[in-house]
Amino acid sequence: MAVQTIFPVTRIHEPLRADVEVQDGKIVDAWLGAHLFRGFETMLTGRDPRDAALFTQRICGICSSAHAVVASMAQQQAFGVIPTPTGQQLINLIFAADIIQNHLRHFYVLVLYDYVKGPNMSPYIPRPQADFRLPPKVNDEILQHAKEAALQALRAHEAMAVFGAKAPMQQTIMPTGVTEQASVERLMAYSSILQELTEWVETIFINDVMIIADYYKDYYSIGAGYGNFMSYGMFPAPVTGERALKPGLIVNQGQVESLDVNHIAEEIRYSWYKDEQERRVLPDGRTIPNRDKSDAYSWIKAPRYQALPVEGGPLARGFINGDYRRGVSVMDRLVARAKETLKICRLAQGWINEIVPNTPSCQQFTPPDAGTGIGLTDAMRGALGHWMEYRHNKVTHYQIVTPTTWNFSPRDNQGIRGPVEQALIGTPVADVTNLIEAGRVIRSFDPCFTCAVHMLEMGNVHG
Amino acid sequence: MLTRREFLKLCTATVLSVSLTDQVIPIMRQAFAEGRLTKPPVIWLELGSCTGNSISLANAVNPTFHQVLTDLVDMRYSWLHNVEQGQAVVQTLLDTVEKEAGKFWLVIEGSVMTADNGRYNHVFMRDNQMVTGMAALQEIAPKAKHIIAVGTCACFGGPAAAYPNPGGAKGVWEVIKQPVINIPGCPANPDWMTGTFSHLIMYGLPELDNYNRPKLFFGQTIHDLCQRRQQFEDGIFASFPGESGCLYRVGCKGPITQADCPKRQWNHYVNWPVRAGAPCIGCASPGFPDSSMPFYNHLPSVQTPLGALNVKKFGAAAAGLGVAAVGAHLITGVVAKRVGKHWLDGTKPHESDPPENIEQLKQELDDLIRQQNALISESKSLERSQVKRKLPRTLRQKVVDFFRPGQKHRR
Repeated sequence: MAVQTIFPVTRIHEPLRADVEVQDGKIVDAWLGAHLFRGFETMLTGRDPRDAALFTQRICGICSSAHAVVASMAQQQAFGVIPTPTGQQLINLIFAADIIQNHLRHFYVLVLYDYVKGPNMSPYIPRPQADFRLPPKVNDEILQHAKEAALQALRAHEAMAVFGAKAPMQQTIMPTGVTEQASVERLMAYSSILQELTEWVETIFINDVMIIADYYKDYYSIGAGYGNFMSYGMFPAPVTGERALKPGLIVNQGQVESLDVNHIAEEIRYSWYKDEQERRVLPDGRTIPNRDKSDAYSWIKAPRYQALPVEGGPLARGFINGDYRRGVSVMDRLVARAKETLKICRLAQGWINEIVPNTPSCQQFTPPDAGTGIGLTDAMRGALGHWMEYRHNKVTHYQIVTPTTWNFSPRDNQGIRGPVEQALIGTPVADVTNLIEAGRVIRSFDPCFTCAVHMLEMGNVHG
Repeated sequence: MLTRREFLKLCTATVLSVSLTDQVIPIMRQAFAEGRLTKPPVIWLELGSCTGNSISLANAVNPTFHQVLTDLVDMRYSWLHNVEQGQAVVQTLLDTVEKEAGKFWLVIEGSVMTADNGRYNHVFMRDNQMVTGMAALQEIAPKAKHIIAVGTCACFGGPAAAYPNPGGAKGVWEVIKQPVINIPGCPANPDWMTGTFSHLIMYGLPELDNYNRPKLFFGQTIHDLCQRRQQFEDGIFASFPGESGCLYRVGCKGPITQADCPKRQWNHYVNWPVRAGAPCIGCASPGFPDSSMPFYNHLPSVQTPLGALNVKKFGAAAAGLGVAAVGAHLITGVVAKRVGKHWLDGTKPHESDPPENIEQLKQELDDLIRQQNALISESKSLERSQVKRKLPRTLRQKVVDFFRPGQKHRR
């Protein structure tokens, strides 16, 4: 059978080309290629290290706060500062609101129309003639919820802006906290939106996901992949830095192990880059584009943890934290994401209660002349890391490894498929002209190629 | 129907008191129903983008994104929302281009990647051929009724074009010959987008400035509209972000950034950077981000006819001299080539046509003052030997001519 190409895969962020080989109604092989290279690699070199948070969040408009949060962690290490207790809580609140927004939009804007017939207007028509199984009444009800979800997601971003000034691309996160004050009025504003969100997520969002899971039960056995999970954890507590969601590693659905970032390497055999060495251990990476490389098919590199392709995201965090361990599949990813949304709503409520109003949300600092720092946190879609080095108040090396590079990595030097490529194997296909089933598998990972355009390495320049 | 004047008033008014939705949407709905206006077909093409502007549009409140889809435009192609995928959605795109030629709007999000003949960014496949973003833009643009660039990337290159700009990112208007309406911002405020769309439907092209930005949203500087302006005048400055007082000393680029954030505010009008204690980073300026980095360093010391004024004296002097001094200094900075290395090689706005009369020159210089101001990074960090390229001669000449004593152009 011939290889079928989907380009562009829609309802994801930024260009993805999927090539799948179908035999006897099943996908037997898959190649995923990202088709945008903006080459941020050298951009941070020579810039002020204090600007890292605001500059790097421009990489991605969907999870902007994640880059700011992780860059500020790298800055904290490099500058030798820590956020004030209230500052840390506010950073967590900004991040939480952005994640809630992301999860709502992922399900109701991107995933939903794989399972539900949309309204009869552009851009929801034309729609493929495929298996839409919901009875009209249920279908309409969920569509009504999608309208409400759009408003809820907007409210989540409003909550983010209460402390973040604006969303997307907040502007208040600093290495020592947040520039916005923790005033009673601001806390009340956030809290009231959060309360509304929590209620909605609990009664409607989770319910909708379960309804779809019920009608599409077969997707509990489609899209398994490797079952290797990784998370850097997220939401550090003030002072102790202990994370509300724990870091960890799981190999082949086994036990939770501890994680060592020194075991991460990136491989470029099938990526459009040239380098005399095809495997480099972090943070010693290079990025020299070469679009004419034969065999290569993506702008994403292949990051590997001890040579293992690993998956990140809400399901990975669910397994590692013990919140969700039903199984690994398309539906499990969607359900885990919905449940995580509720968990984050509740965590955020806890932090608000802990904040003492009007305590300092940020403090002055002067960066030392030189420093290095690593920031690691989970973002919405998985593990996100920033590596920073600067001298004479100029950045000399900056490297970023984003979640989608993990999930959507191409084959590595040994020809081992990336996690999503593997998850596509075995997916039944009813109609090779629309391949809606492949789209369902791909979208369950919440792909975002704006940040995954590749890792960003800011090369060595002596400043 | 609402007169254009009334509409402009609505858009520029404090948004909390009047809402575009209440006033405009019912009128439009009626006009569409009576066939007086037609919903424009829209092709929303994402090139080298971060999807931030799509997300920002989804954050629109008056009208909401759902209302934009039902009552404002006919969103035929937007890969973030299309239900079809692959070949089918490409067919929808091509059909719209062909059947609605001369009628559809082309909205571009993200900068045009021009390196390697555009091959750093492919956007769809046709007849088994990969089509680059640049080629798609050049092919579709001539058939569009309006071309609208949303976000600083699409307008001027933006963060994707930051020095050394490895992907060859450019603003849309540098790549095509058709006029482009620029709605900058990182991201663009949803009101700027929905307001411009509404204006286009009801009254056609809004009045644009030299950078093709609708004047109704980008006509004044942040500084002029700022709630902390009085503190600037009184010389009360914050010494660190997050403190009260004017944020000029900690890097605020409000004096050289044209946008209405202070009165419009963001996300359901709940906040905006300076209110939250964060300096404005000039994200709606051509040249962002290179022109306004380092974000936390203040604009350079001001050279005035009365001698150098550093930022410590600034507050006291500002009241006497007014902001004009900031402008005068900038010109000096530009002439003395005290401009940032990043600016010269990185993000850089397209140069507009030469002025035809004095009024236009004045207008252009006014803009220049505001825009070029941003490009000066702190002078001490700048070694002249590192300046790799001079400013375009015409631009420099314009400035020098203008300030040469005895010249007729002198104000």
